[in-house]
Amino acid sequence: MFKKILIANRGEIAVRIIRACREKGIKSVAVYSDVDRASLHVRKADEAYAIGPAPASESYLNIEKLLDVAKQSGAEAVHPGYGFLSENPRFAQACCDAGVKFIGPSASSMEMMGSKTRARQEMEKAGIPFVPGTARGLRSAEEATQVAERIGYPVMLKAAAGGGGKGMRLVENRGDLASALESAQSEAQRAFGDSEVYIEKYIANPRHIEMQVLADEHGNVVWLGERECSIQRRHQKVLEEAPSPIVDDDMRRRMGEVAVRVAKTAGYTNAGTVEFLVDQKKNFYFLEMNTRLQVEHPVTELITGLDLVHLQIDIASGSPLPFLQEDVRLRGHAIECRIYAEDPDNNYFPSPGKITLLLAPSGPGIRRDSGMYEGWTVPIDYDPLLAKLIGYGTDRNQAIGRLVRALNEYFVGGIKTNISLFRRILRDPDFQSANFDTGYLERLLAKPIEASTDTAASDRDIAAIAAGVFTLLEPAGVDSNSSSAKTSASHGATSDPPSGWKQTARQESLG
Amino acid sequence: MIYDVVIDGKNYRLELERKAAEWICRLDGKPIQIDAVLARRDVVSMIVNGRAYEIKREQSATDMHLWVGSERYAAEISDPRSFRGRKSRAGADAGPQKLIAPMPGRIVRILVAEKSQVDLGQGLLVVEAMKMQNEIKSPKKGIVAKLAVAPGATVNAGDVLAIVE
Repeated sequence: MFKKILIANRGEIAVRIIRACREKGIKSVAVYSDVDRASLHVRKADEAYAIGPAPASESYLNIEKLLDVAKQSGAEAVHPGYGFLSENPRFAQACCDAGVKFIGPSASSMEMMGSKTRARQEMEKAGIPFVPGTARGLRSAEEATQVAERIGYPVMLKAAAGGGGKGMRLVENRGDLASALESAQSEAQRAFGDSEVYIEKYIANPRHIEMQVLADEHGNVVWLGERECSIQRRHQKVLEEAPSPIVDDDMRRRMGEVAVRVAKTAGYTNAGTVEFLVDQKKNFYFLEMNTRLQVEHPVTELITGLDLVHLQIDIASGSPLPFLQEDVRLRGHAIECRIYAEDPDNNYFPSPGKITLLLAPSGPGIRRDSGMYEGWTVPIDYDPLLAKLIGYGTDRNQAIGRLVRALNEYFVGGIKTNISLFRRILRDPDFQSANFDTGYLERLLAKPIEASTDTAASDRDIAAIAAGVFTLLEPAGVDSNSSSAKTSASHGATSDPPSGWKQTARQESLG
Repeated sequence: MIYDVVIDGKNYRLELERKAAEWICRLDGKPIQIDAVLARRDVVSMIVNGRAYEIKREQSATDMHLWVGSERYAAEISDPRSFRGRKSRAGADAGPQKLIAPMPGRIVRILVAEKSQVDLGQGLLVVEAMKMQNEIKSPKKGIVAKLAVAPGATVNAGDVLAIVE
């Protein structure tokens, strides 16, 4: 077993991995960029090292610096978390070359699954069902037209090298195909440096359902149940749940077996996820494989009773899987909300700044994986994921009820968060009846928000009285964290609210 | 104490006093039975006619908000007898208005020149934060009296970006 692990990440996932290390008696090494010095993961670790200025390319993505820290600290293994270098074969290989164990799959299986066309080619060879279309980049508009005739319109053009909507075009009829291909190729070239575009049948209103797999380094591979991830905004997941409300035992077993075959075809080891598109007839098609631990792994942990990060560490240290496929039991239901520092009233614009007040939920059936704390200044330089709030229970309704209750307890003051978005989703009848697909959230957000009930008028009166109460009991709104704000002032932190006197003087002089 | 309170644009007259453990409260003349304690900084536990409320305060350099349940209200409070309260509110909107940075970020583009005419809601400059760009809009129709920042500048929340009069 490792004695020391370097966590090449930040935020809530770094905290989560550090916790697993602590639980296993393994020393943890944190890394931080200049703006992350006061981050939660730094003080939860056993050791911490500075790795450079804020931009990720100069810090969290800098392979040489990370391996320097591994050498300096004597870390025997590296956990890459998600994002950053977690699916970078060069990093996995560099760790290997430096004699540091990469907690994840090999560089070669990452490479196979990293290119969508290459992954499709391998899956085609293995007889894995994938969305009808080409497994190779299109060489000409004529080829595109031929394939489109074969699979039927509408079709999707997609970039082989990346995702997030770039290099993607939906084509409804033959006349639009040639120009759509040209623009998809040039967009892909600009975004990924690779103009390769392939073609797929467009599946209307699909569900995005993914299967967690786990493989040790001795050839044992198991599936651990699926996650329903259709609640997305602009191709970004926002809310996930396990199990999927539309998957029965038989479908689960069939998807699991395909996922295991995918993993074996890729020579995969450690934790990974096989993504499927599911059409309205519940046919499922291989979409891609994510060769890392995912953000939404907690929902799988809660319904299986397994700790995936513990298992990742054990697998990487050479242990065989401690259980067989038939030992995997799913119990209950879990739903996760991704809490982001975003303003839902301003098109989800990022809302960095200082968290002046944090009241965090707990209690039955609530798990909270968080990187934020009261007094912390959310930096502008990274993805604004603050925390994951998960509600779980014996069934989906109880999970929903607990999550709604916990969201009502959750208060983050000083910045905007997307917490109100989840209240809206969870009370929506279509969500409650599991009647949704990947287009659901955009449709919900396009609807006007229901007007508040008549509690609004009386609540306003309450606010008026409270304004007086605060003024009487705590007149200046003195912020006791003023010293921490001053030290982080150089990182673009907001300044503390000044005392009442100073505020008056400022206003009078500026007139 | 007597206060002028404005909640989301609605004006109230609040009389509030605490004598030992008893509260005396009249909202627009109507007496209301309340009890209140400060649970911690910026959090008040208030009981009104048996109903319990946990009210949170958010106070920045420029404004204050109160949360009742999951609703957020803009709040202003002044003691009409104080020096600050005597400042005319009616004249405020007609005079110069400061354009304040709502969040920390970098100035990417200035869209107007000093001395130019602008409309209410017209974009004056573009701020970038977390790789997204946002237009900051004029708070009133008028003339750009001063641009306080240049492209490339880093700003903190609350910094004055421009003045429109």
